[in-house]
Amino acid sequence: MIEVEGLCVRLPGFALDTISFRVAAGEFFTILGPTGSGKTLILESIAGLVPIHSGQIRINGRDVTDLPPERRQIGIVYQDQSLFPHLSVIQNIRYGLRYRSRAAHREEKIVYLIQQLGLEHLLERGVAHLSGGERQRVAMARALAVSPDVLLLDEPLSALDPNFREEIRVLLRRLHHETGITALMVTHDFAEAHFLATRTAVIAAGRIEQIGPVAEVFNRPLSPTVAAFVGMKNIFEVCFDVGVARVGALTFSLTGPVDPAWRFMAVRPEDVRVHGALPGPRDGACNLFPGRVTRIDHQGVFADVQVACGGLWQALLPTSRLLDEAITEGREVWLEVPVEKIHLM
Amino acid sequence: MRRLDPFYALAAVGTLLVVGFIVFPLIEMIRQPTAADLKASFMDPDVRRAIWLSVSTSGAAAVIAFVFGTPFAYLLARRDFKGKRLVESVVDLPIMIPHPVIGIAILSLAGRQHWIGRLAADLGVRVMGSVTGIIIVLTFVGLPFYINTVKNGIEAIPRRLENVSRSLGAGSFGTFWRVVFPLAWRSVLVGMILCTARAISEFGAVVIVAYHPMTAPVMIYERFTAYGLRHSQPVAVWLIFVCLGLFLLLRWINPAGRTRT
Repeated sequence: MIEVEGLCVRLPGFALDTISFRVAAGEFFTILGPTGSGKTLILESIAGLVPIHSGQIRINGRDVTDLPPERRQIGIVYQDQSLFPHLSVIQNIRYGLRYRSRAAHREEKIVYLIQQLGLEHLLERGVAHLSGGERQRVAMARALAVSPDVLLLDEPLSALDPNFREEIRVLLRRLHHETGITALMVTHDFAEAHFLATRTAVIAAGRIEQIGPVAEVFNRPLSPTVAAFVGMKNIFEVCFDVGVARVGALTFSLTGPVDPAWRFMAVRPEDVRVHGALPGPRDGACNLFPGRVTRIDHQGVFADVQVACGGLWQALLPTSRLLDEAITEGREVWLEVPVEKIHLM
Repeated sequence: MRRLDPFYALAAVGTLLVVGFIVFPLIEMIRQPTAADLKASFMDPDVRRAIWLSVSTSGAAAVIAFVFGTPFAYLLARRDFKGKRLVESVVDLPIMIPHPVIGIAILSLAGRQHWIGRLAADLGVRVMGSVTGIIIVLTFVGLPFYINTVKNGIEAIPRRLENVSRSLGAGSFGTFWRVVFPLAWRSVLVGMILCTARAISEFGAVVIVAYHPMTAPVMIYERFTAYGLRHSQPVAVWLIFVCLGLFLLLRWINPAGRTRT
């Protein structure tokens, strides 16, 4: 279990501001945020690798705030693996054993990890000759070999090519299920959080914006920052009238009551529909507005379509639909925003 | 035919001039003494003693630089603190100060008029005209070369390796000996060789602190002033050979582009 309360870290030009969250025992928790948001700094604060200004950090109920890194019982895996280049694979894995005497069955544990991570044939090799996936597996074995109370993962999948990323992602989930270790991973990839974690915290500019179950954060972001981060590219300031929302000159029908605290409307690009011609009333279309296609970026099967309609709207459409409806750049189109896809915050 | 780029032509001319400027006087000096002169010089116990004194005191200076300079270099490489730039400038001072000034500065501390000098004398340590004095002077002039080389070597080691080591249970000493030192040993060795090489060639400061016992540069100067060029050249040639050996060792340890991190 990890408990972080009121953590403040001040660096020249950047600060972590009153970070608080709790990771339950055995939970896989992620901290999501863009580059430079302070994710790694939180991880290194928990590991005791950066001096903190204020706050408290507890691991399994033990206050570790003032303990040096070597006494915190943590394992850390970095994005670049940070394997010791002068040691072989097995020497890397065994590096921490001399310091963690409590690992009573440590030899069995080493054998278990080597087998589970498929490292048997690599043990005597130098780490410089390993592939990205192999390096990441060695880094995980090294961190887990000392039976840490918590495993801290700093974007462990980001530097891997897609094949290895999938392999390590599956491996991470399996290892977490089998060992039951408390894991805290920082990442900028929502898909990784979806796949691995039960709960997540979204951080931006050194502040936590939202904490909750991954699906809830994904579907019900509480701020424009989180909405943008989870892929809601259409975010507009909004004001309300009876049963409708107004975005500039556009009026949107709504379902359900309106919270007076709401100030923004967000819609995912994949939920925005674009029609070449005005759909008939039988199609059940509502929130239909005329617009003009200003840009189309083809992404293989799908295309990002930008439509000028009051503001600039982003839609994600199958390329087949572009062909069927003859949607091209500069073409006048109809933009449809399904009422049930509008997210207000 | 491909036209020669004027810029590269100019660079080539400059290179030839510089290499000639460095090498030509040395070749001439090596060429001028006869084999008999060189042999006679080598057989002279005073010459051998002077060269050995230069090598051994320079080696001692390098060992002292290793012991005290390594933690200092680590601190400069890994920690930011107020006044760090000032401290780095202080490290470089011995490179910039005229060498006789260094000798005078050390003498002013080691003399009876200063409490350090009195304390040293009470402890039976003699600086003026002693091997101890020579080692102190050579350490002074060699330290910047050692510290800067090792600092650069440690800076090249990713800090995250130390973070991982600490997270695995190693303390700061354990991390230094198991991670930093094995990855920085080449820089440490190169630093020691540079320190030795710099110390071997020191004359200006040594001649003020300890004219006797005579190091090789002081002996060369002494023979030149007393007997002329012909008598000083063979000693100088032997000193050049020693320096050349150190240089070759340096190139062997640290060929261009060889790195470990």
